Amino acid sequence: MTDIMPPGLALKKVDERIMTLNVGPQHPGSGHMRIVVQIDGDYIVACDPDPGYVHRGEEKMAEYRNYITNVPHLERPVIHDSCNVLYPYVLGAEEILGIEVPERAKYVRVICSELNRCIYTMYWLAIYGIFLGHSTMFMWPAGDRELLIDLMEKVSGARVTHAHFIPGGVRNDLPANFEDVCLRQVNYFEKRIKEYAAVFYDNPILISRTQDTGVLSRENAIRYGTTGSVLRASGVDYDLRVKAPYDVYDELDVHTNVMKEGDSYARSKVPWLDMMESCNIIRQALQKMPKSGSVRTKLKPNPKTKGPATVYKRVESGRGSLGCYIVSDGKTEPYRVKMSVPSFRNLLAMPNLLIGEKLGNMPSVYWSLNYWPVEADR
Amino acid sequence: MSSDSEKPVVEAKPEEKPTPAKPTAKPEEKPVELPAFEKGISDKLVEKFGDKVEVDFVKDDRVGIKTSKENVHDVAQFIRDDLHYDHAESVTGVDYPADNEIEVVYHLGSYTESSLARQVLTLSTRAPRESNPIPGQDSTKLPSLRDIFYSVEFGEREVFEMLGVYFDGHPDNRRLLLPEDWADLPPLRKDFAIKGR
Repeated sequence: MTDIMPPGLALKKVDERIMTLNVGPQHPGSGHMRIVVQIDGDYIVACDPDPGYVHRGEEKMAEYRNYITNVPHLERPVIHDSCNVLYPYVLGAEEILGIEVPERAKYVRVICSELNRCIYTMYWLAIYGIFLGHSTMFMWPAGDRELLIDLMEKVSGARVTHAHFIPGGVRNDLPANFEDVCLRQVNYFEKRIKEYAAVFYDNPILISRTQDTGVLSRENAIRYGTTGSVLRASGVDYDLRVKAPYDVYDELDVHTNVMKEGDSYARSKVPWLDMMESCNIIRQALQKMPKSGSVRTKLKPNPKTKGPATVYKRVESGRGSLGCYIVSDGKTEPYRVKMSVPSFRNLLAMPNLLIGEKLGNMPSVYWSLNYWPVEADR
Repeated sequence: MSSDSEKPVVEAKPEEKPTPAKPTAKPEEKPVELPAFEKGISDKLVEKFGDKVEVDFVKDDRVGIKTSKENVHDVAQFIRDDLHYDHAESVTGVDYPADNEIEVVYHLGSYTESSLARQVLTLSTRAPRESNPIPGQDSTKLPSLRDIFYSVEFGEREVFEMLGVYFDGHPDNRRLLLPEDWADLPPLRKDFAIKGR
């Protein structure tokens, strides 16, 4: 066979055809991680994700600081979603320290948590747009998230790293007239993101690039232990705000967005639908929130614990279920803090989805996993 | 209204008062009213395995089970097949130099069984600890649960590099987060100290 083929077109053995590529860690299409892929022609035949380039040792650092001074550094893994990434730690610390949270603080937390979910998702959506070469979808979310960042700036004083949730409640109360401003901006925000359907989600180019790529079946989504939008895009109806409500989520009406397809398109659409649900939750919380009252149970600078204990708390973050396991030996510092982060859990699905895909589909599959490299590394 | 913060201890205390005779040392571990559903889960495990498992705690939405490293594989198999937990949320290693042991904690949950949606089962087991570890080649070993819960794959890799616990039967015991040339102690062990602290 080979001797009758013209030079250059001769078939090679499989071993000689395979090429290994390092995607990352400096590649703009990988984030702060490396993906080692082996390709045969256009098709990915092996994939080995290599996280760890932004590992900061958050868990080790937490063992050296007390329950309050742990707050600012534990939000660093996802600064765009800093309220949600702190939420389970704060819930766990409250149980270990044995403190109650005022009712108004719980509503303030829900509002901040949902605002942060939208801020994170908009950033993620902007990058998803530019990954697919859709510049408008980079500019629009990057601009529209300013609406919500301004709101969080009014609440906490910081634009991204709020450090607003602390054991005992939230750091400070909502500013005067916040309800009206928040309602106005959230309503406008919701009107804006609905326009994304025309430019992005109904765009035939996006649909042709993402539909039926990287299909994750329902069985495999459960088997890999995925969470959040990845899980819900594969047809599993699971959202901790509904299934295991924390703080005041059981008093709010939360709708879970589920899609059955399990492809990149579904995974990119579910977070967008979740943002509209967040707007609904914020409006409900603003209405039901006690109009006045304390937002913080004051603690001493180096608070004492109730004694040795272990707690495991979970919240639904912008990427999925985020758990925090705290082991206390009765001292003022935690003995061990473990963050069970959704990006790390969803990472397991990545090699399984990429094998068999074309290399050109890698960005659309990879970023649809709602993966945040810094969070996975902690 | 955080469900975990209202421990049954508070309600239970007034009713418990007539019988304070025997459990004086640990009254908070024997509340009168354990949450019924969670108690049912731990009872099933005790019924099946007897004294091979130890119930660590039973509280709202959380059940804690301890077992030895010889039995952890069988217990995990039972948890998946008969109790219908289908995935692991996290794998945590905790170093206990005072006991000369390293604890590995699996947090298990269920997506398929709707009654378990709120529940997290904590399965913990302990491996012997060596003061001069050679990760992978010393006695700090545990059976891998990857053949039962596929989702522990990266979690066990992380525990291996961060605490030096080798998982027998794991298909891919490589470094995950640490650099390839890391030659110090596993960093989450208590004797690995941050410089200057």
